[in-house]
Amino acid sequence: MQPIRKYLSSAWQALFGDPVRAFGMVSLILLLALAIAPAKEYFSQWHGYQRNYLSLIRDRGDAISLRRRFEPGIHQIWLPELGVVDRCTTCHLGLKEASLADVGQQPFRKHPVVPHSLDAFGCVICHGGQGQATTVAEAHWSERAGEQPILPTRYIESGCGQCHQNALPGTPQLNLGRTILTRYGCVHCHAITRPDGSKVEATDHPPSLAHIADKTTREWVFSWLKDPQAYAASTTMPNYKLSDADASDISAYLASSSAPQAGDTAAADTKPTANADPSAGPSLYGESFCASCHAVQNAAGNLVGGDLGPELTRVGNKAKPEWLAAWLQNPRVYDATTPMPHYRFTPQQIATLVAFLQAKTDSDYGSGVHLDTAGPQQIAHGRKLIVELGCAACHEINGVQKPENFAPELSTIGSKPLAQIVFLPGMEHSLPAYITGKIRQPHAFGSSVKMPQFTLTSSQTDALTTALLALTARGRSMPDSLRVAAVPDSSYQPAGHAGKLIAELACLSCHRFNGRGGDMAPDLTWEGSSVQRQWLIDFLHNPNTLRPSLIRRMPRFNLSDSDNKELTDYLLAVYQSPSIDADLAPAVTNPPEVVEHGRQLFYSKYACQSCHIVDTKTDKGYIGPTLTQVGSRLTPGWVYAWLKNPQALRPDTTEPNQNLSDDDAHALTAFLMSLKVSGGRGAKQ
Amino acid sequence: MTMRSTAHTKFQASAAVALLSLALLAGCKHSSPANSGLKPTAQGTALVESSGGHQLGVTGTALKDPLVVQVNDDQGAAVPGAQVEFHGPAGISFDPAAVLTDSSGQATTSVTFGAIAGRYQLSAVTPGKAKPVSLDIVETALDYQQRVGAMLSDKYCSRCHDSESSPQRVSNYDNLEVKPHAFADGNTLNKMSDADLTSIVLHGGPALNRSALMPPYGNTLSATDIKALIAYVRAVSDPPYQPAGTVYARK
Repeated sequence: MQPIRKYLSSAWQALFGDPVRAFGMVSLILLLALAIAPAKEYFSQWHGYQRNYLSLIRDRGDAISLRRRFEPGIHQIWLPELGVVDRCTTCHLGLKEASLADVGQQPFRKHPVVPHSLDAFGCVICHGGQGQATTVAEAHWSERAGEQPILPTRYIESGCGQCHQNALPGTPQLNLGRTILTRYGCVHCHAITRPDGSKVEATDHPPSLAHIADKTTREWVFSWLKDPQAYAASTTMPNYKLSDADASDISAYLASSSAPQAGDTAAADTKPTANADPSAGPSLYGESFCASCHAVQNAAGNLVGGDLGPELTRVGNKAKPEWLAAWLQNPRVYDATTPMPHYRFTPQQIATLVAFLQAKTDSDYGSGVHLDTAGPQQIAHGRKLIVELGCAACHEINGVQKPENFAPELSTIGSKPLAQIVFLPGMEHSLPAYITGKIRQPHAFGSSVKMPQFTLTSSQTDALTTALLALTARGRSMPDSLRVAAVPDSSYQPAGHAGKLIAELACLSCHRFNGRGGDMAPDLTWEGSSVQRQWLIDFLHNPNTLRPSLIRRMPRFNLSDSDNKELTDYLLAVYQSPSIDADLAPAVTNPPEVVEHGRQLFYSKYACQSCHIVDTKTDKGYIGPTLTQVGSRLTPGWVYAWLKNPQALRPDTTEPNQNLSDDDAHALTAFLMSLKVSGGRGAKQ
Repeated sequence: MTMRSTAHTKFQASAAVALLSLALLAGCKHSSPANSGLKPTAQGTALVESSGGHQLGVTGTALKDPLVVQVNDDQGAAVPGAQVEFHGPAGISFDPAAVLTDSSGQATTSVTFGAIAGRYQLSAVTPGKAKPVSLDIVETALDYQQRVGAMLSDKYCSRCHDSESSPQRVSNYDNLEVKPHAFADGNTLNKMSDADLTSIVLHGGPALNRSALMPPYGNTLSATDIKALIAYVRAVSDPPYQPAGTVYARK
């Protein structure tokens, strides 16, 4: 002890022995203490990046202008109304420098061109992360309560979706994700309210199971429940991974609760005749354009056909022939809201189609299924399972009420705090990883999780995750002026007897009228101004394709003459555009020299033949509709208005607006209207 | 000039993470994939591209089609069970990064881009008999603007400018008397300035004394659309586009 004490006292003497020494020492300590803050700042990470940036630009050709625009110190983008305090530009120094687009070294690369400016929106609105942080770790990867790491680039479109509720052309992934949300029926169980208060509505059409026993057998229901994708690879029905006993009990309840419906088996007497032509089925299936909506797997395992209706690869395993016949006779008896048109098939045609569809049978499918007759106990258990699994959230089921708020609401899932999430072992601690994990394998999160497993490709899962990540709390607190609302379908319904006809033929499944309907076929809102009466009557009787490069999809509905006339009159009278001159002179009154002038313009000045065919001998244009008989199809008023501004009539059309003078448009209209059906060579004079 | 107070240890940790991230982002090649545990049963002497090269993808996402390469032997016959490793610059990831060829001698991987757009040179490597054999593959990642351009091109341009037909889209190329240039035709398009391209899109072929079969899109496409289209054309150009008179080149 003694030497240490001696050493300490001599040190004290040396440093603080007299007032002068003590003053000097205290000053030195004070000086060092004061130097800590500037030194810490000098050695801080962002300072290092700014020094690196300066040495990066020093050797470049435009160093002087880059240097002039460089400001030392911490940068901040402060947008109080958006809640943005972003200091990212402290280190990301080249975001606005066009010349740094080729720099591979982050954080100095130029930001790619996007529709919004950095100064107006900052960074974290799109990229996530902590804008106020000034170290990389804290800004990019902080997981503390209420904080989110930056968003991986693959989900970047979710940023757009916070304000843009409409489908933007530049965000295909987000748009696809939103389509999946509604098409796979996610919103039947998970409520989603948009920031403007509107609800996201499902667009799928889960069939009612109230009369299921008319349609199919209990054995099929069992096989379907066990693995829906084994029956139809493209179905959106998820897999609940049920045990055999559970699937059997559910099928028992559905069969026992099913109420027979008059008319479901009315056409059961139409048996195919024994000597039927074997090619009649495929050709009727083909000319009815069933494949526009229904897909079938080909030999190579690829789905061929549309996705509006169910896949028919193994429909013979499922549908009872008498039900199928009744369905084809009039689908609205079984399902009043089906998108399937009511074809006016003859009994013979129905028998042919039933035989053809019944042959679409996979002998291996469900071959080993033999269900014992279910007792009341099994049936009651089946009902209990149906309630637990929430089947009635999507399907109408006799004796089970549609559950409300069956699953957690997802309106702000994109801001779910990481602290509230139970991650699986080995899982990356981020919201996107949690959401994709939950979609891919919901049952990995515990046996009590009711969410079923959907069949989605990895790009579909990414898209769905993007759409969910867009549902943020920030999106709800954005100023209304920044919000772009979704464009909801109108509730337009054609009126009267013709309206009933339009509903029966399900025209709106493919065509759009006044803001409602499908997008498979042209928008018919202004069809009445567009086409001539006789053409429309003929077309409805026997549709033909207008574009050589498109597959025809308009089916023949076998309309009676009176129905055809009624529909034509309604379309022509109701779907009129106010901007089209209905009285524009028809072709007969145009002098030949005007027609000839139009012809010159068509071929030379505007080179319309690059896309259209007027003379099948010389013209080859393959993009627009064939115009050989356009004078018998369209009205002069429509042709003139179309030539003046095609996008005004169909915003989506690819025909460029050539900004024609009135005279040129008149001459071209005269030429086109001279191309008639009778003597279709009108053009050649 | 405020800074969040940082504990000393945390400061060091974050600096280390930052250094690591810098090293990753600096553009250096990835180290070879970690020991894959694959047991190759054969070796080939040549690598050929089967499919999936020269695709256009989008930053941050996976390429639409998988990349497939085939290992052959001296006689040109496919070699099953040979190991193939995939390499690429920073930001590119492969799933899987190393794989054995299947029964038809093919190795398949899915390619995902990082955040940075551009033309990427990837390589596939197989050990070979004497020395490793490698094959270069080019893939292109488009950024937002270029992708908007790609979509506009698909809608308005490619029906004529792309001579390939697909089941969804029949090409109009063969029907035209004057053949349009493919957008990848760098030898022609690289010589045209942005102003020239803009003017031909705005006013049609006659604006530059070219064919009237090319119609004007000035009243149909916006200035932003046309910029996006040109950005796309420049991105897919082969040989690659070098802006004329670049003043920013390093000394």
